[in-house]
Amino acid sequence: MKRAWPHLWLLLGVLIFATPIYITLIGSTHDASTIGRGDVPLLPGSHAVENYTAAWVSGGSGRFAVSPASRMLLNSTIMALCIAVGKIAISLLSAYAVVFFRFPGRMIAFWTIFMTLMLPVEVRIIPTYQVIVSMDLFNSMAGLTIPLIASATATLLFRQFFLTIPDEYVEAAKMDGAGPMRFFRDILLPLSVTNIAALFVILFIYGWNQYLWPLLVVNDRSLETIVVGMAKMIGTGDAQNEWNVIMAMAVLSLLPPVAVVLLMQRWFLKGLTETEK
Amino acid sequence: MASLEVTGLTKSFGPTHVLHGIDLAVEDGEMIVIVGASGCGKSTLLRIVAGLETATSGSIRIAGREVTALEPAERDIAMVFQNYALYPHMTVEQNMAYGLKIRGLPKAEIARRVAEAAGLLGIEALLTRRPRQLSGGQRQRVAMGRAIVREPKLFLFDEPLSNLDAKLRVQMRAEIRRLQRRLGVTSLFVTHDQTEAMTLGDRLVVMHAGHAAQIATPMEIWARPADTYVAGFIGSPAMNFLSGTLVEGGHAVALKAGPVLRFADGPRAGGAGRPLTIGIRPEHMDLAEGGIPMPLDLVEPLGSETVLHGKLPSGEALVVKLAGPAPDAPSLPVAFPAAALHVFDGETGKRLDP
Repeated sequence: MKRAWPHLWLLLGVLIFATPIYITLIGSTHDASTIGRGDVPLLPGSHAVENYTAAWVSGGSGRFAVSPASRMLLNSTIMALCIAVGKIAISLLSAYAVVFFRFPGRMIAFWTIFMTLMLPVEVRIIPTYQVIVSMDLFNSMAGLTIPLIASATATLLFRQFFLTIPDEYVEAAKMDGAGPMRFFRDILLPLSVTNIAALFVILFIYGWNQYLWPLLVVNDRSLETIVVGMAKMIGTGDAQNEWNVIMAMAVLSLLPPVAVVLLMQRWFLKGLTETEK
Repeated sequence: MASLEVTGLTKSFGPTHVLHGIDLAVEDGEMIVIVGASGCGKSTLLRIVAGLETATSGSIRIAGREVTALEPAERDIAMVFQNYALYPHMTVEQNMAYGLKIRGLPKAEIARRVAEAAGLLGIEALLTRRPRQLSGGQRQRVAMGRAIVREPKLFLFDEPLSNLDAKLRVQMRAEIRRLQRRLGVTSLFVTHDQTEAMTLGDRLVVMHAGHAAQIATPMEIWARPADTYVAGFIGSPAMNFLSGTLVEGGHAVALKAGPVLRFADGPRAGGAGRPLTIGIRPEHMDLAEGGIPMPLDLVEPLGSETVLHGKLPSGEALVVKLAGPAPDAPSLPVAFPAAALHVFDGETGKRLDP
């Protein structure tokens, strides 16, 4: 009996988290009118194939049609990958510089990076927009990703990790004759693998979920991302929303982040829990 | 030609002076142990020789070559670190080979050297393991192996035994000494442990507050310590110090504790009444009828010997080490054999010889 309570709580948690996903999944297998009537079906319907085909190939019909999911998934994946990889690359290097080198203005550099934490994308969105437009990056993948790459969080995390690396490794590497880039590549990077994997998962999902910035900086249909696309499909007026296609789109949009988490899970957990270096 | 020559080496961190002019010449194949309490500058000295710190002034020559301004890797040296600093993501073999790989040695040569060093250290079976799968003693061996494969002009050891348990430490100590003799590589070994220093070193450098208080063979340092610091640092239990004044035209000392002791080896310079510090090792003290009565406050029986702690009438603490058991008494008469006295200046602490 004692062990029943924790299980009950866990079950409740699972229900709370899983129910919306279940409803979405079921909704994507019915036709538009079933959901349009306000029903919330709990058993799968028979329209799965046509809904997913519609989402994948055409992106809906009528007023709120967007690019096909195939296109938008690709755009989102490229954007999330660029953001995650870009952030990791830039953070690794800047944390490396700040931790392992003594140069004039080192602390100023660090605090400047640190202070950008207080300025998330939404706060600086208008000046950023201005900069991107005047750099002629409007409606481009570069414009979509570069402003999101500059990141203090990842730099800080890497800095904290680098600070735990014993000086003796640095000194041993000096004795071995490894120069700064060699030390970075041969010793620091392999030691950071689990941290990089954990950050990659977090940053990929961060990039995937971007909404406001892609909405602003891209109006070319061919660059539309799935999060923005889905929101655009939901009309605000009297028109009937194609909920069946929207839900199919939502399910599709879940797949890449889930794949990333599943693939990286092993390293991700290691990166979060492992203390032994 | 000296294999390592340190001349007028000083080091300051900002306004703090850590080393005040160290001069040291190490002969080829010699093992020099730098010993001192923590904060005496011994590690700084080693790190400057290694090139991990820069000297404020002075010069370092290794095998006749000026290296003061060179990078660590260009100095032809190898270092064994206190925590071994083995790269955790590399196997033992990769750890040992890494420095050679960077130096661009041919693969066959690297393999030969690693195999040879592994054979020498008895770690052939560990070559494919990673550091975390090794015990402390094994890591220690690998760290040595990494130094050996480089075939350097100079070995540097930075307290490499301090992370091992007592038994292993004694074993590794003997092993390091045998290995160093066999390879004949000049070595500099830093430790705070006097037993390690005495057993390992051809010569010792006793460091005190940024100075080399004495540089000599272990027995010389034990028999003729240069000042009261060295005298108190080397030897266990530590040497007893008693204050007194010079009397009888420099031929004797009048101890504050009472007795007048005549020097066995001749007069010391200075006028009557010159303050002196007399040192005598606990193991040289005798129990004798007619000696000064010393009430005991602690008796430590160690089996083969007994250590007595007591206070002289002058209030000065005294330690006596006896072979065998001590007579059971609350107070024992102690005597000071003239031949065992060390005479130091009462103010500067410097040794006074006849």
